[in-house]
Amino acid sequence: MSGYQYYPGCSLKGTGKPYEESLLAVAEALDIRLDELPDWNCCGATAYMAVDELQATTLATRNLAIAAADGRDLIAPCNACWLVLSKTAGHLADDPGLCSVVCGALQATCTIPNGDGPAPLSYDASVPIRHPLDVLVNDVGVETVAAAVTEPLEGLTVAPYYGCQIVRPLAPFDDQYDPVTMDRLLEAAGCDVLGDYPFKTRCCGASQMMTMPDVGVDLVAMLLEDAIARGADVIAVACPLCQFNLEAYQSKAFKRLGKKGRIPILYFTQLLGLAMGLSHRALGLQRSFVDVKPVLAGRSSDA
Amino acid sequence: MREPNGTPRIGVYVCHCGTNIASTVDVAAVRDAAESLPGVVLSRDYKYMCSDPGQELIKHDIAEFGLERVVVASCSPCLHEETFRGAVGEGGINPYFFQMVNIREHDSWVHRDIAAATAKANDLIRAAVRRVRFHEPLEPRRVPIDPRVMVVGGGIAGIHAALTLANAGKQVYLVEREPSIGGHMAMFDKTFPTLDCAACILTPKMTQVRAHPNIQIMTMSEVEEVSGFVGDYRVRVKHHPRFVIEDACVGCLECIDACVFRNGKTPDEFNLGLSKRKPIYIPFPQAVPQVVVIDPEACIEFRAGCRKKTCVEVCAERNAIDFQQEVTYDEVTVGAIILATGFQAFEASRLPQYGYGRLDAVYTALEVERLVNASGPTEGSIVLRDGSTPTSIGIIHCIGSRDKNTNEYCSRVCCMYSLKLAHLLKEKTDAEIYEFYIDMRTPGKGFEEFYNRVEEEGVHFIRGKVADVYPEAGNTGRVVLQAEDTLAGMVRKIPVDMVVLATGLEPQPDAEDVRRTFNITCGSGGFFTERHPKLAPVSTFTDGVFLAGACQGPKDIPDTVAQAGAAAAEALALIDAGHIELEPNTAFVVEERCSGCRTCVGMCPFSAISIVDGKAVINEVLCKGCGTCVAACPSGAIRQNLFEDEEIFEEILGVLTHV
Amino acid sequence: MATEPMIRIEADRDPEFAAWFTGLVGEEKLRECIHCGVCSGSCPLASHMDLGPRKLMYLAREGWADDVLGSNTIWLCTSCYACTVACPQQIPVTDVMYALKRKAIEAGKAPKRHPVAVMAKQFSRMVHRRGRMSEAYLIAGLALRSGVHRYVGMLPMGVNAVRTGRISLKLDRIRRRKELTALLDRVEREREEVAAS
Repeated sequence: MSGYQYYPGCSLKGTGKPYEESLLAVAEALDIRLDELPDWNCCGATAYMAVDELQATTLATRNLAIAAADGRDLIAPCNACWLVLSKTAGHLADDPGLCSVVCGALQATCTIPNGDGPAPLSYDASVPIRHPLDVLVNDVGVETVAAAVTEPLEGLTVAPYYGCQIVRPLAPFDDQYDPVTMDRLLEAAGCDVLGDYPFKTRCCGASQMMTMPDVGVDLVAMLLEDAIARGADVIAVACPLCQFNLEAYQSKAFKRLGKKGRIPILYFTQLLGLAMGLSHRALGLQRSFVDVKPVLAGRSSDA
Repeated sequence: MREPNGTPRIGVYVCHCGTNIASTVDVAAVRDAAESLPGVVLSRDYKYMCSDPGQELIKHDIAEFGLERVVVASCSPCLHEETFRGAVGEGGINPYFFQMVNIREHDSWVHRDIAAATAKANDLIRAAVRRVRFHEPLEPRRVPIDPRVMVVGGGIAGIHAALTLANAGKQVYLVEREPSIGGHMAMFDKTFPTLDCAACILTPKMTQVRAHPNIQIMTMSEVEEVSGFVGDYRVRVKHHPRFVIEDACVGCLECIDACVFRNGKTPDEFNLGLSKRKPIYIPFPQAVPQVVVIDPEACIEFRAGCRKKTCVEVCAERNAIDFQQEVTYDEVTVGAIILATGFQAFEASRLPQYGYGRLDAVYTALEVERLVNASGPTEGSIVLRDGSTPTSIGIIHCIGSRDKNTNEYCSRVCCMYSLKLAHLLKEKTDAEIYEFYIDMRTPGKGFEEFYNRVEEEGVHFIRGKVADVYPEAGNTGRVVLQAEDTLAGMVRKIPVDMVVLATGLEPQPDAEDVRRTFNITCGSGGFFTERHPKLAPVSTFTDGVFLAGACQGPKDIPDTVAQAGAAAAEALALIDAGHIELEPNTAFVVEERCSGCRTCVGMCPFSAISIVDGKAVINEVLCKGCGTCVAACPSGAIRQNLFEDEEIFEEILGVLTHV
Repeated sequence: MATEPMIRIEADRDPEFAAWFTGLVGEEKLRECIHCGVCSGSCPLASHMDLGPRKLMYLAREGWADDVLGSNTIWLCTSCYACTVACPQQIPVTDVMYALKRKAIEAGKAPKRHPVAVMAKQFSRMVHRRGRMSEAYLIAGLALRSGVHRYVGMLPMGVNAVRTGRISLKLDRIRRRKELTALLDRVEREREEVAAS
């Protein structure tokens, strides 16, 4: 069976819904099959790790074990999920003692539906964990993406914002300090990409936004201010937490800067979809907090 | 198995080495245990066996008690085998009637348990006592030494070593890869801490080298292969074509003006690409030899053919230009070799967070040396890539040093050269200068005073490693340096016009090949390893091969020159003796057992074995005593002095008796 | 002007804590810190921290347990790993921050109603029970336990999220949640057994 398994994670079912919608729409347009991982659970994120390392590892391992039964590469679009799953696979490989405890418990308590009914769940390290940027650039290819572009986003200046966790501490598919995969995809979509946006991999504040918003707003303000100063019309992102923080806290951030401003924060998949002529609704654009119409005026059929 | 030579009378000496051995090994118990071993007529322990009284003890006992064999249990044979063999010889018996036992490095220093360490010492001594009974009288080998020396590398280290040897009347071959000697020092502007002009102090020495009757310079040359051994090294040198006949060129440089290229198009290596040169060029004005060179990559004669050949035309009857030159080889024989192959500056683009190669405002320190130099690409004025003059400059220390992601070691010279560049840049631009350092390391004569001077000049010192370098928004051309000011405990963002990366020193990119060619070793950082860090700092584990300068580790000019002088003195001491003595631990063939199967011939790493009249013959001078042939011979026809079968078997049995 | 003497006596140092801390990473790597400050320099939140990572690591390895476990630094870390990749001594600073968070919770030193600590607990409890995190309930729980006043300002955002269909009021859960609970309980039991033996 060709295609990929797909691990949405909790955010893509909630605040990150437009990411899921646009990812699935773009995948369909490129004829890539994505099957949602059956009965997946939360990856544990950063919060669980702060409370209990063993339990956090166990939680993530259950997902990896379900994926192992299928065997195809697993796509995790959320940066935090991608890192947690990748790091967990690394921990299990480096620490055989930990691996045997967790895997033993999995086999004893968890099942997976089989032809003849439920079978015990077992983990093996065979499934690569992939980010959509990696898959689109390295499997599908920038040329294939470019070939699917029907309405290039000419004149749209985009600041590519990768966030932290897909380049740190691991950076298996892109440059740690100056990642370019999103740049290349957005160029294929016809955008003017601000390749020298210096805060490409700075932190957005992550979950701090929920807990200590005052602190997070400073970070967001810096990211927005610099992108606008460089002439960005849109900031493109690849992570639901980055998207939410940059978008939802904009008014506070601009207030802190003593300026007026609005800038749409779009998933790179939404921009790719637009360039491929997909509808706003299919890409979840109507769910934006910041009105996207001004920057997209005159483009796409249902604008 | 043969019987021992009668029952020789053996003396055993157990050294305390102060407390180095005695604190972990019960030396009195070891002494008593040795006394009861078969053949041992005397056993003593002593505080320092290597001291004069310790050696006297051995000599006295040989005379007094008629000792015929001596075993000393102390430190590594690397340190004192010579010493004790000497004492045994002076005592009146053959120096090779001696066996050394290492109960320090192999025992007391690596164990904590006193009982176990003591038992181990007993085992090792028992083995030595059993082995030494079979020792045969031997004589060291004597080989003559060729009085010529090769110096590899024509930087300040090679120049100084070559001149020292040549002034002492020795013939020197100075091999340099580049078209001119001079090395990195020729690129520097001023030298710390005295601010002497580098060229002013270097070029007179370069001229002396050129004029010296005892020095033969080989530029554009590399050592291809080394064979032979100390006193008789055969070195094959590869000469790359210069396309200019060195003896015919007078250095008038008219050909450069005449070249069909009106302006240079090729990045100038000497100016690190900050300026352009023509296909025919002289590396720098004071180059030695004062001979032009043609770059076949750039010259159109080599691609499409040059119709005009204006260089040939203007050279006229001197006829120095030769487009037909090819690679040639020379083989020279020398008694000793000095390696002075230098370093390479750390490649700054390996740390992308500092923006080198991506941000125009970012320079390496070596580039800045050229910028501040009056004969550099900007004739000494500080003009940035965008044409402006900086009003604020950040200097970042430890780029590629003190960083386990690149090099763990401290490069030793960067603090001082950064201070020097801060001073020179301040003097030339009056810019605000910020030095970001981790620890300021100024441990040299006049260094701390120079640091104080630069502080007085108003340079800002920020103790913290720069975490991020990014372009300021709004196309200002400036970059922002972000770092924690660790002394103030706050994060600072400082916009500057120019960034200087104080790149560290790394081994040459081909250090590993050079190491293999000369059969020496490299340490963890990749620099060549000296024989002993304190007591043999310019020697290597290969006799007759010496080290000078930064190829052995990062160092500044004064240390490099001192080390080059030391290497020259060591080489002189070696070759002036006229001959050397070598260990007699060579292998030899028992002719009647040899079947002439040739197995040993291919195995010998030193090409010391040949087949003569169907039998293997080992050249005693070439044999290094590695024992490979002894183990490989299917007929057991090869034996080795000091490693006879019974000596080895007795030693093994001695250790295993315990088990 | 009021003054407070900044002086510490050796008896107040906690060598056991220091030993626990330096043992977190193999080969006593945490003792190799050269205090270059690149961790604090690269930290996006250093400006809001009382100590910042460099000072925190130093105080911890010297055994000033109360300063470390009571600091806001560990709770402000967002796990962006900027310090980890920049560290010249290859110290995994972010992982150490996680370990310090756990230690602070275990030692009861986590600030009582500090939202970060509260959220970590809320989050793990929700996931433990249901297998998934539901954003609306996480925030609601957070507000209740760390002070509603903090979250009043977020109300318009919540309204926006509901309006655009980006927040679900349904409490999500996985199908085989009983298995998940059994799994987590089982690794917990094994850990206790190991600790007991």
